[in-house]
Amino acid sequence: MPGYLLEMVDITKRFPGVIALNHVNLRVMEGEIHALVGENGAGKSTLMNILSGIYGYGSYEGKIIYQGEECKFTEIKDSERKGIVIIHQELALVPYMTIGENMFLGNEQGGKYRIDWEETYRKADQLLNTVGLHESSRTYIKDIGIGKQQLVEIAKALSKNVKLLILDEPTASLNESEARKLLDLLLHLKQKGVTSIIISHKLNEISYVADKITILRDGSTIETLDKNKDDISEERIISGMVGRKLVDRFPKRTNTTIGEVSLEVKNWTVYHPIFTERKVVDNVSLRIHKGEVVGIAGLMGAGRTELALSIFGKSYGINISGNLYIHGKEVKLHNARQAIERKLVYISEDRKGNGLILANPIRENITLAKMDKVSNHNIIDANAEVIAAKEYVEKLQTKCTSIEQPVGNLSGGNQQKVLVSKWMFADPDIMILDEPTRGIDVGAKYEIYCIINQLVSEGKSILMISSELPELLGMCDRIYIMNEGRIVGEVSKEEASQEIIMGQILKTSKGV
Amino acid sequence: MDRAKEILKKNTMLIALVIITIFFALLTGGTLLVPRNVTNLIAQNGYVVVLAVGMLMCILTGGNIDLSVGSIVALVGALAGTLIVNKGMNIWLVMVICLGVGILIGVWQGFWIAYIRIPAFIVTLAGMLLWRGVALIILGGLTISPFPDNYLNLFNSYIPDIFGGTINIVSIVIGFVICVIFCILQFTNRIKLRRKGYAIEKPIFTIIKSAIICIAVMALSYTLALHAGIPTILILLAIVVLFYSYFTKKTVPGRYLYAVGGNEKAAKLSGINTNRVLFFAYVNMAFLSALAALICIARFNSAAPTAGTNYEMDAIGSCYIGGASAYGGIGTVAGVVIGAIFMGVINNGMSIMGIDANVQKAVKGLVLLAAVAFDVLSKKRGRIA
Repeated sequence: MPGYLLEMVDITKRFPGVIALNHVNLRVMEGEIHALVGENGAGKSTLMNILSGIYGYGSYEGKIIYQGEECKFTEIKDSERKGIVIIHQELALVPYMTIGENMFLGNEQGGKYRIDWEETYRKADQLLNTVGLHESSRTYIKDIGIGKQQLVEIAKALSKNVKLLILDEPTASLNESEARKLLDLLLHLKQKGVTSIIISHKLNEISYVADKITILRDGSTIETLDKNKDDISEERIISGMVGRKLVDRFPKRTNTTIGEVSLEVKNWTVYHPIFTERKVVDNVSLRIHKGEVVGIAGLMGAGRTELALSIFGKSYGINISGNLYIHGKEVKLHNARQAIERKLVYISEDRKGNGLILANPIRENITLAKMDKVSNHNIIDANAEVIAAKEYVEKLQTKCTSIEQPVGNLSGGNQQKVLVSKWMFADPDIMILDEPTRGIDVGAKYEIYCIINQLVSEGKSILMISSELPELLGMCDRIYIMNEGRIVGEVSKEEASQEIIMGQILKTSKGV
Repeated sequence: MDRAKEILKKNTMLIALVIITIFFALLTGGTLLVPRNVTNLIAQNGYVVVLAVGMLMCILTGGNIDLSVGSIVALVGALAGTLIVNKGMNIWLVMVICLGVGILIGVWQGFWIAYIRIPAFIVTLAGMLLWRGVALIILGGLTISPFPDNYLNLFNSYIPDIFGGTINIVSIVIGFVICVIFCILQFTNRIKLRRKGYAIEKPIFTIIKSAIICIAVMALSYTLALHAGIPTILILLAIVVLFYSYFTKKTVPGRYLYAVGGNEKAAKLSGINTNRVLFFAYVNMAFLSALAALICIARFNSAAPTAGTNYEMDAIGSCYIGGASAYGGIGTVAGVVIGAIFMGVINNGMSIMGIDANVQKAVKGLVLLAAVAFDVLSKKRGRIA
C-alpha cells in the first residue's frame, strides 16, 4: 500500500490582524487526485502558497512532510526542485514568447550562455504531444486560447519532472469541452504516477476526478472525504463547506423603511475591454429601493465587480448596453464624475489599488472625490477641509494619530473606514460597496456593518457585493445571485440560506 | 524632542544645502559668498528654477519626465531672436507670441501623452529632436545677437536705488518688509489656529523658524545690496515660485496632480479627469520652457542653435534632489527650489575652484544618484517600520 506523498501537519498562518489558517491538516496519498474545496477566503490558496514556498518556511507554523522528509521551502525554486509545481488561476505565461520559450523559461536548455533552441523546441513538442495539445511549440502564447494556455502550463510542469501538480481553479475560464479535456488529462497523468491537488468550485468536476476531498472552512480543516468510503454528493460537500452556525455577528437594523426604487438596471451587458468578444456581464437587470441593502452573491470572477464598475460611469468594459434609471429617470453616465454628480458612488474592493492614495494623508483622501465641497473657484479652503476630515474621522471612529497621517500607515480596518468616509463625503444616495469587509478583523467588520445600517436609516440605498455568504445573509434585505456574468437567482432575506445560494451557483456553473 | 527630530528629517535637503554651501565657501576661500558671486548665482540659475518647477508638475503625475525642454528653449529663443533682432518687432508682442508658441508646443505633446497615451518619455524624446531641428532651421545654423538694450534691461537689470549711496537701501528695505510680512503671517496663523482649537506647535519652534528665515532673507538682501541690489530676474523667479507653490498646495487642480501621481486608478474612480491633468502638466511645462527661453536669450544676449542643451537634465536633477519621488505623487515646489540651488552651488563652487568641466559633470552625476538613492532607501525603511 503506497504511503502518503505529502503531509501538511498543523499548519497555522497568521496575517496581520487575521488568522488565515488554523491548525490545518492535509494528507495526500501517492498517485491520487485530491480536491481542496471551500468558500472564498477559506484558506485554500494560502495553504497551497505555503506548500509551494511562496510563503516561506518560518512565516507559518506547522510541518510539511514530503516523500517522508520534512521540507523547509523558502522559495518556489525549492519546491520545484522536489517536483512540486503549482499552476495558478492567473496563468504565468509571457504572451509575446513562443510556447517553447515559455515552457523552458528559467529552465533553459543547453548552456547558460548558449541556449539550444533546437533541443528546446524538440522537447517542447514532445511534451505538448503528451498533454494532447496539437500546436507547434513555436506558436506565440498570445495566439492560442486560454484553454490551450492551461495545457501549456501543464506541459511546462511536466518538463520540470513534476510529481505533485497543484492546480488552482484550472477550469474557471474554460468552456465545457476544454474543461473536460483538462480533467481527462489529469486522469491520464494519474496513471503515469503524477499526484494532483485540484482547487475548484465546480463540484461536478470534483466528483468526476477526485479520489479524496478535503474541505476547508474559515481557515480550518473540516473533514476529508474518501470517494470509496463516504458520500461525496454535491449536497454533502456544500453542507461541509458552509456548515457554520450564524452567531450574532450582525447589528440589528431598526427604524428603516424601504421606499421607492432608487436604482434600476435593465438588460445590462458589458464586454471585456481586451478580449472584446467575451461577455463579462450578460443581460443583467436589477433594482434597489430606498433604504434597502441588496446583496450580490457569487464566486470570484462571476462579473460582480465588473457590473458595479460599469454602472459607475462606465469605469470598466466596452460596448456597454442596457438602461440605467436613477429615481425613475433614465440616465447615461459616461465617467465617474457624472456618476458622483448623480449621487451614485462605488466603493472599491481593492482599497489599496483602486480606492486610496496611500502616500497622501487621511484629510486629502477623504475630500478627493468631492473637492468642490471644500473649495471655492478651485481654491481649497484649508479650514473647511480640516473640519470635514475631522468630522468623518470622528463619526466613523477611525483610529489615527491625526488627520495628517498617511493612509498607508493605517491598519486595514481603518483604511476601509477612510475609504467609506471618502465616499460618504461625496453625499451619495446610492452606494455600491464591493467587498466592504475584505481583509479586516471581526471588530472592524461589525463597525462597518453599523455604518451600513446608519446609512440606510438615512434613506440611502446600498448595493453590497460580498464573497462571504454569512455577511450577505446577515446584512441584506434581498440577495441577487450572480454567476458567469448572469443573474441566476434572487432570494429574499427570509428564504435565503447558504445552501440555497451555493446550490444555485454550482447548479448554473458550466461544468462537465 | 521628537518634534525636533521630525523637523530635521523634513528638512534634510535644506540642511544638506547649508552644509554644501559652507563646504564650498571654505574651499573657495569665501569667494562663493561674495556679493558679486551671489548675484551671479541667481542670474546663472534662474532658468533652472523655472524649468524645474515645470518639471515637478510632470514628475508629480507619475514620475514622467519631459525631455524636450532644452530643445523648446532653443526653438523659442530662435523665434524670439528672429522676431526681435531681425524683424525689429515690439518686444512685448514678441514675448506674448513666444509664450503662445510654448503653449502650442505643449498642446501638441500633451495631446499625444494624455489622450493617445504614448509614454511621455517617447513623446518628449521625439520633441527633443523635433524642436531642436526646427530651431536649427529657423536660425539656419547661425547665432543671432546682440539683442536690443530695452529687452536685455528687462531681465538683466536691478531694482534701482532711489536713495543713492554705497549700498542699495531699496534692497534692504524690501528684505525687511518681507521679514515683517512673514512674521505677521506666522503670528496671525497661530492666533487663527488657536481660536479654532487646533494643536499648535510650541512658540519656541515658531520663533526659531521665523528667526532663521528672517536672518536668511536679511543676509541675502544685504549681500545683494552690497553689489547692485535686487536683480529683476529674482522678482520673476519669486513670482513663479510663489504662484506654483500656491497652485500645488492650495488649489484643486494642484491637488489632482498629486492624486494622479499617487494612484491614477483611484484618482479616476474619484471622478478626476486624469487625461486632462496629464495634458495640463505638459502644456504647462512647455509654457515654462518658453519663459525660460526668454530669460536665457537675455542672459546670453544671443539666440544660439545649441542653446538649452542638457537643460532638461538640470531640471530633472533639481526635482529629484529636491525630494520629488521618481514614482510620482510626492514633491514640493520649495523642495525643487532647494534642489535647483543645490545644483547651482555645486556648479558654481566647482567653477570658482577651477575644477575641470568634465570632472564637474561626473560629480553632478554622482550627486544626482546619491539623492535619488537616498529617497528610495528612506522610503524602503519607512515601509518596513
